[in-house]
Amino acid sequence: MKYHEVIVVGAGLAGLRAAVETATDLDTAILTQVPPVRSHSGAAQGGVNAPMGNNPAGKDDSVEKHSYDTIKGSDFLADQDSVELMIGEATPCIYEMEHWGCPFSRTPEGKIAQRPFGGAGFPRTCFASDKTGLYMLHTLWERSVALNVKTYEERFVTDIVVENGNVVGVIALNIVTGDFEPYMADTVIFGTGGPGQVYGRSTNALISTGSGAYIAYKRGVPLKDMEFIQFHPTSLFGTNILMTEGARGEGGYLINNLGERFMSKYAPKAMELGPRDIVSRSIQTEINEGRGFEGGYVHLDLRHLGREKILDRLPGIRDIAINFAGVDPIDKPIPIQPGQHYAMGGISTDKNGATNIKGFYAAGECACVSVHGANRLGGNSLLDTVVFGKLSGKHVKEFMKTKKDRRQGEGMIMKTLEEQEKNRENLLIKSGTENHAAIRDEMKQTMIEKVGIFRTGAQMKEALDKILELKKRYESIRVMYKGRKYNMDYLRAYELWGMLELAHVITLGAIKREESRGSHSRTDFPKRDDAKFLRHTMATWTPDGPKIGYSDVNVYKYPPVERKY
Amino acid sequence: MAIATTPVTLKIQRFNPDTDKEPYWREYTIQAKPGMTVLEALFEVLNKYDGTLSFRFCCRGAICGACSMMIGGKIRLACETQVSAIKKRPLMISPMPHKKVIKDLVVDMDPFFEQMRSIKPYLVAKEPFPEKEIYQSEKDRAKLTEPIDCILCGSCSSACTVAWWDPNYIGPASLTKAYRFVVDSRDTIRDERLDMVDSEDGVWRCHTIFNCVDVCPKKINQTDAIQYLKRQLVKRKIGLL
Repeated sequence: MKYHEVIVVGAGLAGLRAAVETATDLDTAILTQVPPVRSHSGAAQGGVNAPMGNNPAGKDDSVEKHSYDTIKGSDFLADQDSVELMIGEATPCIYEMEHWGCPFSRTPEGKIAQRPFGGAGFPRTCFASDKTGLYMLHTLWERSVALNVKTYEERFVTDIVVENGNVVGVIALNIVTGDFEPYMADTVIFGTGGPGQVYGRSTNALISTGSGAYIAYKRGVPLKDMEFIQFHPTSLFGTNILMTEGARGEGGYLINNLGERFMSKYAPKAMELGPRDIVSRSIQTEINEGRGFEGGYVHLDLRHLGREKILDRLPGIRDIAINFAGVDPIDKPIPIQPGQHYAMGGISTDKNGATNIKGFYAAGECACVSVHGANRLGGNSLLDTVVFGKLSGKHVKEFMKTKKDRRQGEGMIMKTLEEQEKNRENLLIKSGTENHAAIRDEMKQTMIEKVGIFRTGAQMKEALDKILELKKRYESIRVMYKGRKYNMDYLRAYELWGMLELAHVITLGAIKREESRGSHSRTDFPKRDDAKFLRHTMATWTPDGPKIGYSDVNVYKYPPVERKY
Repeated sequence: MAIATTPVTLKIQRFNPDTDKEPYWREYTIQAKPGMTVLEALFEVLNKYDGTLSFRFCCRGAICGACSMMIGGKIRLACETQVSAIKKRPLMISPMPHKKVIKDLVVDMDPFFEQMRSIKPYLVAKEPFPEKEIYQSEKDRAKLTEPIDCILCGSCSSACTVAWWDPNYIGPASLTKAYRFVVDSRDTIRDERLDMVDSEDGVWRCHTIFNCVDVCPKKINQTDAIQYLKRQLVKRKIGLL
């Protein structure tokens, strides 16, 4: 059986950052569903925040100001001590990325360039044109090559193995051969990404199914604040590919069908650079009230920025707009609508990325520390990945110094492996009538329509009923391809169950949270209710569905106030 | 409101080396919506007609490099190619050429990444690192703009006829990666990098056929990068560097 001291699951930014941290001291291997550099981190565009003050307009920026913007942006649901920790690590973590080769854009003096972003008091978003995530991902992959980190590709992790409260290994499906493989490990770090594909109209990659969060949940780790789903204001109409916030950071306008810069009504000071929850609701309101364009979109207008600036600062989204919508932003406004973009919630961890299972860590979008609370600021997710990837790795190194029992749980790992094989057999021999792709579509449609930007108890109840119906129908699905090799049909059927479970958690948490906070906006409860709901939602798995509980928020410094922009 | 669809026949190359003697073609007629991409069309086949089909995918936004394949006679990314952009019917889809087929449209990318690893694809900056960023002028940064756009999709190495008959050829993607570090003002092992590509299987194998440039979805000029490396090697040889 393969054994490593550390197994990192996921080769996006959080996973890679964790791996390069542990690989210097410990035998580290990465298991990833996709080949190198395919992970969804690469789709991040606009940048990564740090209070460096490299932009002249940001010279008075500080850790404190960045922290406060983040906490206010989170609608006070983020843990304030965790936010301060993350922001305190921001600048050194980004310098580190630069030293490893990340090709950040530069100021005239040769420093890392920074641009304005939504919900931020200063221009503090370090960027590399409009492909910051791509370049950071490649840089960390390159670093993993330099450190010779062992990587197992096209391994879809289906379970973690836990014995006596300790993680002892993982089970992975080798997608190419179709074999389930056992891996023994003393520690496991998940950097498995978000659950965006649970929703329709998602900007996320097709592999962002939340599979890691589901595994943790099923094995007894609570999922925190899952009802907080971020809708990015500007996804391309039609395909919902991301159009970076950097487009507005560089000065782009949002325009309705009357030609108005409508943000003046909703965020008169910040305008287009309000935080994402507010800008998304504003756009959706314009569309709902008939001031959008046919089909349901508004315009992102960059024309006044001029050709040079668009080519220099926003070449990637220009290519996307041309290739996917037939619109060159130099000549025409881009049709955009809000799209599902990010999960603030995830696997509940502490500030070290540790969970309630010893040796099991999570970082990045799959995790929830919480530093994003009810609404994440643009540019803070890439920051989250590198900071908490690193801190998880650091803590694993400490943990391993005192860990006595190594190479445990062989019997348990093999038993889990056999269960997985048996489950597959059971799924493949079924001759059901339900098409799992159709169930997936219905789930996605239900979530975007009924647990979307604006929510009501009644609609969410309908969504819950639908999810329960889909779970029932899942029992009668049919997998057409019975073979082993590169069986996408099976894999997609398999992962769908986890997605339905996450949809269930998101919806139930949202129904029970009878208030509006950040991205969770209920028209039947339009006010924030700190007395009742300044608390993290904690969902734990039971055979009868999620059990919803709550835990305290750290608000040691800044008392909640009303958000105005 | 029902969206008008058009029937489109896809002709897809199928092959499972474990069970098939040789590759064969199968036709599927799907209902194409306006704006439908080839990747969406493949999913339509998988979901509704034939679950045994295998292909790679991920971002569906032309940034991850997973879905390069031969579409309508040219190597393209399936996710950014619209069905309507290819006029010829049936729409022919097959794996990237000159790569070992794992199954259907999935090819073995290991040799590609092995070559990439062989050229030290990472920055070696001066240590100890400064407390801040390593300064780089806007002009020096601009030299990186083109090569860093590479998404490692493998299209160029698949299209390169030289790579077809010399499997040891480092190949256009890896050489472009080498170029990316040679021109980075922060790198300290320029000479070693030039040595690594100064071989029969290195830059000198490039016959400037430009197939790589023709298929690159990111419009990178790999041939130009390789010629730059050749010029540097010549200059170094005659003492101009």
